[in-house]
Parts: sequence; C-alpha cells; structure tokens
Amino acid sequence: MIEFENVSKSFQGKAAVSNLSLNIKEGEFTVLIGTSGSGKSTTLKMINRLIEHDSGRIRFAGEEIRNFDVKALRRRMGYAIQSIGLFPHWSVAQNIATVPQLLKWPKARISARIDELLDLLGLEAAQFRDRYPHQLSGGQQQRVGVARALAADPEVLLMDEPFGALDPVTRGALQQEIIRIHQLLGRTIVLVTHDIDEALTLADRIVLMDNGQVIQQGTPLELLTRPATDFVRDFFGRSELGVRLLSLRLVADRVRSEERLAGEPISETLSLREALSLFVDRQCQQLPVVNQQGEPSGVLHFSDLVHGEKMRGENASAP
Amino acid sequence: MFKIHNRVLLLLVIVLVVAGAALPFINFAPNRLVSGESIALSKLPSHAWLILSVPVVILACLTLVRCRSSSLLVTLLMGELLFIAILWVMGRTATQFAEQGSTLARTSPGSGLWLSLTLCLLLCADAISRLTPKALWRLLLNLQIWIVPVALLWSGYFDSLSLLKEYANRQDVFDDALSRHLALLVGTLLPALAIGVPLGVLCYNRPAWQSSVFSVLNVIQTVPSVALFGLLIAPLAGLVKLAPWLGSLGVSGIGVAPALIALVLYALLPLVRGVVSGLQQVPRNIIESAEGMGMSRWQVFWQAEVPLALPVLLRSLRVVCVQTIGMTVIAALIGAGGFGAIIFQGLLSSALDLVLLGVIPVIALAVILDAFFKLFISLLEEKQP
Repeated sequence: MIEFENVSKSFQGKAAVSNLSLNIKEGEFTVLIGTSGSGKSTTLKMINRLIEHDSGRIRFAGEEIRNFDVKALRRRMGYAIQSIGLFPHWSVAQNIATVPQLLKWPKARISARIDELLDLLGLEAAQFRDRYPHQLSGGQQQRVGVARALAADPEVLLMDEPFGALDPVTRGALQQEIIRIHQLLGRTIVLVTHDIDEALTLADRIVLMDNGQVIQQGTPLELLTRPATDFVRDFFGRSELGVRLLSLRLVADRVRSEERLAGEPISETLSLREALSLFVDRQCQQLPVVNQQGEPSGVLHFSDLVHGEKMRGENASAP
Repeated sequence: MFKIHNRVLLLLVIVLVVAGAALPFINFAPNRLVSGESIALSKLPSHAWLILSVPVVILACLTLVRCRSSSLLVTLLMGELLFIAILWVMGRTATQFAEQGSTLARTSPGSGLWLSLTLCLLLCADAISRLTPKALWRLLLNLQIWIVPVALLWSGYFDSLSLLKEYANRQDVFDDALSRHLALLVGTLLPALAIGVPLGVLCYNRPAWQSSVFSVLNVIQTVPSVALFGLLIAPLAGLVKLAPWLGSLGVSGIGVAPALIALVLYALLPLVRGVVSGLQQVPRNIIESAEGMGMSRWQVFWQAEVPLALPVLLRSLRVVCVQTIGMTVIAALIGAGGFGAIIFQGLLSSALDLVLLGVIPVIALAVILDAFFKLFISLLEEKQP
C-alpha cells in the first residue's frame, strides 16, 4: 500500500530521516515508535506530503506520491493528530463533514455518514451532532477527531500520537475502540507513538526508529523475543520484558482445557498480563476459565505462564 | 449588626450625597456672556431635594441587602428613577426660571448635576453587570435607561435649558456637523480596511516584512495629530498645483482630503496589528489538520484562519472607530468640519454651552459604536471561546 524506498529528509542540513525503506501492507496496523527526534513523525507526515521528502521514492497504491495532486492525495488519507485540531467555530457535524464537503458529496449522504460515524465511535448522534468542540471532554473530542479522519472512507488512516494527551483510562478505551474499528473496517492504519504498551496493544507490525533510521521492524512478539540490537532490548525495557510478553498472549492460549475447577472464573479473552495480576491478587496457583459464552473451558495454571513462554520463544526462533 | 453587602453601591451613594449637597446643581445667568450664579440643590424652589432624596435613601438601604437578582433589579430601578428625577428637576427648574426672567436668561446644569447623572449611570451599569453575563441583555438594559430621558427631550421638556437654546439657534450647523462627522468616520474606515487588511495578511505571510511595516506605522502614530494635519497641507497644495484636475475633485491643502489621509494613516497601525495578531493566535494544529485533510491554502485561509482571527480584528476595529471619532474633532482645525468646528467655535468665544453641544454628541457616538462592537464580539465569542 505504502512503500518507502531509500527515503531521506533533512531540515537545515540536519538529517531527520536517512535512507529509510519501509513497506506498509494493505489492511495492516503499523505503529511507528521511537524516542522524540527519531524521525517517526516526519516519516508519517511525508506520507501525506505535509513534509516533502528530499530523495528516494515513496509510493502510494503503486504510484509515486509526487504524481498525485497533493489535495486529492490527502483527501484519500484520514489524518488525526494529538492536539486533535478540531475547528472550534464548527459544530461536531460540520467538523466531521469537512472532507466529504471538500469532495462535494451530496448533503443527504454527508448527513447519513455523520450519524454512522458518531455511532461507530460510540457517541449518541442526536446528542452530539450540534455541539461545539469546547463543550466536549478530551476523550470525546478525540473520538470526533477520529470520526473526522474516517469521514470520507479513506484508504489509509494516519495518526500522529492521537491519544498522547488523554488520561490513562480514556486512552485505554480509545485504544480498544481503534482496534475494533480496524478489525471492522480493515483499513490500513499508520500510527505514531512513543508509548511502548500502546504500540504492543495496537500493532500488527511495529517499526522501531532511532536517529532517522529503522532499527528493527516486525510483529510485537518478534521485537520482544528476538531484539536485533541492545538498543531494541533497552527500549522495550529489560526488566519489564516478561510482563510485556504476557500482555501479547491471551488466557485461551495457555488454558488446560481438560481440567475443571470450582471458584470465581476468569474470561479466556483476558491477556496473560491481566491473569498474572489476578493470580497475585487472589494468591492462588490455578484459576478456572470460562469462554465468551460463559461456559467453563478449563483451568489456567500459574506455572504455565512461565513455561509456556519459554517453549513459545524457542518455537518462534526455530524456523 | 448591619453588614454591607454591596460596597460599590455604598461608595457610589456616598459620592452621590456629597455631590448633591456640596456642589452647585444649577447655574443661572441673565444672558449667555456673563458667568452666572450657581445654585445648590437645597436652594432649588419647592424643595426639589426632598423628591431626589427618596431614591437615594432606598439605595442606601439596598447596600445592606444581599446581591440577589431581586435586590439588583430594585437597585437598577431606583438608579433609573433617580436619573429621570434629576433630569426632571433640571427641566422644571429651567422652565420656571425662563417664565420668571427674560428670554435671554440662561439656565445650565452645574457640576453637581453632571456628577450625579454620571453616578446614576455607573450605578445602573454595575447593577446590570451583576444581573446578567449576557452581552445582549446588558446592552438592552443599558439602552432602556434612555427611553424616558429621550422622550422628555423629544417632547421639548428641556427646551428652556441653555444647551438646547444653543441647539435651537444652530440646528442647521449641528445637523451638518453630524453628517460630516459620520461621513469622515466612514470615509476613514473603508480605505483603512481596504489597505490595512491586505497589508496585515501580507505581514503575516512574510514575517520578514513585519518589522519594517510596523516601524513605519509606529512613526506615523507618534506624530501628534495636529502636526500631521499641518504637515499634509504643503504637499497636497503642491500636488493640486501640479495636477489641477485633482482640485476639481475637491482635493486641496486644507479641508476633507488631508483630514482623511491623516485619519487613515492613524487607523492603519492598530488595524494591521489586529490582523497580524489575530492570524497569529490561530492555533498551529488547526491549520496543520486543515492542510492534512486536503484543504487548499485558500480554503484554510477563509474557512479556518479568517473566522478564528475575526474577534481580534473586530477588537482592533473597535479601537480604530473610537479613535477616529475623537481625532476627527481635531481635523476641524484644518477645515474638515464635523463637531470639532462647533467645539472650537465655542472655545474661541468662551461659550461653554456651545462646547458642550459639540462634545456631548462626540461622546455619545463613541459610546454607542463601542457598545455595538462589544455586543457583536461577545456574540461571536459565545460560539468559539
């Protein structure tokens, strides 16, 4: 969908991105992560040409992005940023309608699309349509920001630290929301963040950047289990590595389905990290597990959290 | 035992009592040239002070009451009542004196009366601003104070006052001055906007130009207005000599042409500064997301930057308006006309009433325009804080 080929960009002689090659596949949730100044935001903004690259080639849908009309290109890509950037003098409905109006959609279609998006983002349409941004909470504003980015059904959604300014609870809720939307719509999403847990939660594919270069890219599991350099290992935190690994796995992966146990059950859709927390909280070695329908599906053993990962880690590095 | 709840009101009432008791209330002169004798409120015929003291006593009691909307309404009502009562006493006294004395006799308000009227308005304005935060309601409540006074003025109740005798003598001059003053205001604002707004946008887009443009405008602003009016006489007269067809258009070294040029030049600095700072305070992220969504430069400008910069621009336009109304008075010195002509004539012949006849409408114009700008800006800002 989006290909970077030996792309470089420098600001006043200082390289922001150098010799970057990257391939973002259609429908994939890619997270660009790195410290501040690593060039991740620059990389994102080069995709919709808010920043023009100096050399190399960037292709969108197989064609060099410089061949597109810049406005037409941007209208095919949704764009959401940390400070949201909603127009304060426009109502929620007008804000969401921005790109459809630029594309000259008929009124009725725009109106239906606004209701559909507000519904998708969990905002009551009748209640929110005519409000102004200053009448919304931070989380609601960011939901409207995401709805606006999705308005014209873009082929790619670009997000620059969209949840950076939100409190942890709201951020968590919106992360779940964006995962759901990604699964539902199957859009290609490119998201920039410096929050490691956010990257692990959201990404199909993580691109770790430093000093304008890609250090390693791969699935979250690959980056955690097979770090290419010490930098990668340090970045994902040596001491918290294990816990982060657990956060990528579900209870369902480790449940012993032949066993049964009495007691208050946990859901098999929880992550192993949450299960670990429950083991400590309840001070026990085994927990009964139920599936999504609430039927007993087995027992989770504390020891399996430890052994299972080692086994999987070896499996993963085998081929 | 007693607790003062409204300190502002207490202060105003105390000053009101002092003004009424100690300062001359009415001036009476046998004709317009001699300085007359001043009469205190207590010396006015038929115990007028008794009538005026009723609302003052009630207002004094209201300082002890908690500021609820009911007590504020009573305060507003009493302030208005006192305002109207003072005007009524003034009009009645003037009529009585006119009936007793000759037609040349002049009755004019004294300093105590002017001060009392001002205090009444302040008192009402304070009560109104505590009553409601809504700009429209504030304006309407302030406007309704003037219904009865204007009706009294219209009915001829104040005709025996020297100020209105002066007006009756010079009605044509006054009407001319009003239309000339307004014409000069519009004639200044339109070209100032036509030059200032594009100049401001240019300065915003090319920050390198800002310092040089602003230093030129700053120099103009520091030249005293009388000097600038004077400075323009020679070049304009020379220009007309070179191109006589300009003279046939009404351009000359004195009169309206130099006045308009100077007024426009003075208006430019606040206007350009308003445009630039208005555009600068539009948040960067809004422009970035507008561009990121695929708006053209033109669309970003009209749909995001202009509406968000408008309140700041209007605020500087408000300053320009009030400034121009005041400065047009000085322009009368080079023969541009307007209320300044009446004021300077009054000053030269030391006729205080004539000066007031010019000053009062200038103040009224400035206050009215200012109020309407304030209303418009606050209506805009209600939508986008």
